[in-house]
Amino acid sequence: MPGLIANANRVNDFVVKFANVNGTGSASANSLVMKAIFRMGVPVTGKNYFPSNIQGLPTWYEIRVTRDAYAARASQVDIMVAMNAETYSRDVRELSSGGYLIYDSTWPRSALLQRGDITVIAVPLAKLVNENFDGVRNRILLKNIAYAGVLAALIDVDLEVISALLTESYGKKPKLLDSNTKALRLGYDYVKQHLMSPLPLRVEHMDKTRGHIMIDGNTAAGLGCVYAGATVGAWYPITPSTSLMDAFKGFCERFRVDPKTGERNFAVLQAEDELAAVGMVLGASWNGARAFTPTSGPGISLMNEFVGLAYYAEVPCVIFDVQRVGPSTGMPTRTQQSDIMLCAYASHGDTRHVLLFPANPEECFYMAVQAFDIAERLQTPVFVMSDLDIGMNDWMCPDLQWDDAYRPDRGKILSQEELAGLEKFYRYVDRDDDAITYRTLPGSSPTGAFFTRGSGHNQYGGYTEDSAEYQVVLDRLKRKFISAPKYLPKPVMIGKGSSEVGIVSLGSCDGAIREALDVLGRQKIDVDYMRVKSFPFNNDVEVFLRTHSTIFVVEQNRDAQFRSLLTLETAVEKSKLNSILSYSGLPMSADPIVNEIRAKLAEAPRLSAVPRKL
Amino acid sequence: MSYINKPKVAHPSLPVNTLGMTRRQYEGSMSTLCAGCGHDSVTASIIEACWGLSLRPEQLVKLSGIGCSSKTTAYFVSGSHGFNSVHGRMPSIASGANAANRKLTYVGVSGDGDSLSIGIGQLVHAIRRNVNMLYLIENNGVYGLTKGQFSASADIGTKAKRGDVNSSPPIDPVLLALTLGATFVARSFSGDKAQLVPLIQAGLRHNGFALIDVLSPCVTFNDHEGSTKSYTYTREHYHAAVEADFVPLAQEIAVDYAVGESLPVSLHDGSQVILRKLDPDYDPTDRTAAYNYIGNKLKKNEYVTGLIHIDGSDSTEFHNLNHTAEAPLNSIPFEKLSPGRAALDQLMGRFR
Repeated sequence: MPGLIANANRVNDFVVKFANVNGTGSASANSLVMKAIFRMGVPVTGKNYFPSNIQGLPTWYEIRVTRDAYAARASQVDIMVAMNAETYSRDVRELSSGGYLIYDSTWPRSALLQRGDITVIAVPLAKLVNENFDGVRNRILLKNIAYAGVLAALIDVDLEVISALLTESYGKKPKLLDSNTKALRLGYDYVKQHLMSPLPLRVEHMDKTRGHIMIDGNTAAGLGCVYAGATVGAWYPITPSTSLMDAFKGFCERFRVDPKTGERNFAVLQAEDELAAVGMVLGASWNGARAFTPTSGPGISLMNEFVGLAYYAEVPCVIFDVQRVGPSTGMPTRTQQSDIMLCAYASHGDTRHVLLFPANPEECFYMAVQAFDIAERLQTPVFVMSDLDIGMNDWMCPDLQWDDAYRPDRGKILSQEELAGLEKFYRYVDRDDDAITYRTLPGSSPTGAFFTRGSGHNQYGGYTEDSAEYQVVLDRLKRKFISAPKYLPKPVMIGKGSSEVGIVSLGSCDGAIREALDVLGRQKIDVDYMRVKSFPFNNDVEVFLRTHSTIFVVEQNRDAQFRSLLTLETAVEKSKLNSILSYSGLPMSADPIVNEIRAKLAEAPRLSAVPRKL
Repeated sequence: MSYINKPKVAHPSLPVNTLGMTRRQYEGSMSTLCAGCGHDSVTASIIEACWGLSLRPEQLVKLSGIGCSSKTTAYFVSGSHGFNSVHGRMPSIASGANAANRKLTYVGVSGDGDSLSIGIGQLVHAIRRNVNMLYLIENNGVYGLTKGQFSASADIGTKAKRGDVNSSPPIDPVLLALTLGATFVARSFSGDKAQLVPLIQAGLRHNGFALIDVLSPCVTFNDHEGSTKSYTYTREHYHAAVEADFVPLAQEIAVDYAVGESLPVSLHDGSQVILRKLDPDYDPTDRTAAYNYIGNKLKKNEYVTGLIHIDGSDSTEFHNLNHTAEAPLNSIPFEKLSPGRAALDQLMGRFR
């Protein structure tokens, strides 16, 4: 994609960016366009760049029409729908050479014409809307639909598809349907009557979205929690994780309320802070419910003390960290992968935690379910390391699948019957020699009663300050952690496996890397790619690191946290690992990966594309 | 601490409750607190209360934070699960545990440091959430485990053992709970078992958050002259306003009360609390009146004790507001929780 000339004849491969003011209802118009393209069978991605604000600040939405179904952000903008006067000048600047600028010419702006290498498309949107509709709010909302109509005509979006979408949205409210349809036609017809259309950048029907959905990761994860059988969710509102609990609650209201009695098979607790939220998860999990909390970096910082308790007292706990830009409050509405080290070693003392790294919403769904199985099997906290890009943006994913034969792995919980056959129960004795001990649930029987504590304890569950007794438990916890990979998802390997050059990455970098691999492949640069899906690392990770002489570690933070984790937790030589970092807060694009790999390989030509064995 | 383990064999003549269990079977491990610690008396009252209620040990869940008081959950009902969590965070553990299983009986034991300083936020919100639990504050005005610093409940002018004088105003948990809308608020004294046991029983049976502030002197760091939480001071400034008798469901009310003196309050399981007003001007069902009464007495350095306020209705209890299923959430079969493949297939249409 990079380097393509915007005004060349490009079908199903270009980027439209909308510049809006937040709080004006533009989101529904933008997603209307995106969904229409998706329904035409053309793969799309939607990225929302929004402010930490409710009304009045600039916000952008970017739709990438991508016939090759790339998931990453593209690094150029071909069409700018410039609806925010305040950001006109920067929006004009951002447009790539040969691009198109659509603006509201009700108020002419000569400054727009300063660039000679773009085409300015003037549509008097406010005038059109004001002539046809009443009411200030109504006009603001319908102007959005009108520009959707303009764009539809310009890029040749099937009007019938859009109409069908509008009918689905407003079918039960005929007045709204009428006004929205009218606004859409205002824009559409204006283009047809006054301008040349379609542009060389246009959409054509394809058949590449069948069996796919558009979904964001938070919705998918919330749904995963419902399917996993979670009954208790505790949280404190924080961007960008809030919509995960909203989704859980919404799906529970649909699937978990008895239609006759109104009784609910779930409880959502909005806590006073993240400390309490994770405390509630511990309390509920300890008491035998599947419980979870969604949060983001600042919340994780607060949860540290309880995470250490969960680790040491061996209480299952599922935490979704929808990562955002740090440090501190940082940029709450921008994306990053900057909590990797924080989560891997959260809390004081010797602690290490299981991390899962979903790369897209689809994996958020499946990993949500896995997270509960792993947390209960290992009786330890599990972090699902999503991020804002995955969590809040709409991604094209294959339809989610469910196997009705699935049953939760509740781990080693002694039933009342098993307890009846026991003379004595000891909470932390390694009976099976697998470092995982048996637990019992409150309410089961006095034989199974034990005392959970974060203070020093021996394997019998008793308080101890005896060094040897303390070490027995601590050493077993280490063995348990080392044994964890057998329960965790293995890395994804892409490529022939024969190159000397490898990329190692995780999470939402995946889209950009896959696109970069295609670009490099076309330049005859053969690179192997390993996407790590979990921590502690599987032995496959060790092997990949050993068998590639030059390795690029791609991640979205400044300090190369994933690279640090690799150097700490594997035998890899530090000097082999080259970092490719993106920490601007924007989702990663393929360009820096392509450029940095090419530059590095040019420095050391003997490494380049030559496979190890010819 | 005491060093002599009690013999394991119980004398056959020991009285048993309706489950056929002796008091000894409600004990826990040996206390490691200082000899004469008020907290050990509270532990004894909890044992007596649970035995008296014929509570099945496995039906009780014991929760605590960190501190001398929080250690005590190990010293009673060893047949119950216990969770000694982190400092000031027991209310969140209790809230989560209670969300998972509404059928068990939850007792939290905390101290004035655990509840009124580091954990005041969690205490406040557990009251607001009206979590069904009994929450005991063993209140001695000092940090014992760190050797005698003032806590947030220390009175102005009270002297530390080493001579420092406290100048910051105290936080009174009873007044705090009343302002937050707590539906069961009591105060007692660790040395008054006769008053404390029925309060604990009523608190365990109350369907909602029951707070009992128990003045429980610290013999090591706060039992000297100049302390307002010493045994001597507490006994001298103790003002019992409302005595409570707890009458379990199946028991007939056999106590005679003079007309106008007694006020029966029904709890959700059919048991009753009979309040005996020792001060005729006092109305424990009127929150505002209770607040004013306690506040005025505190100004005169008098600790009002007894069941200070009760609201027998349980409409704001967490699960009642949430419409949670009657069956504990942790017991609902997976088949009822997971919507299954057909529902998922159908749902996919929403995302196209």
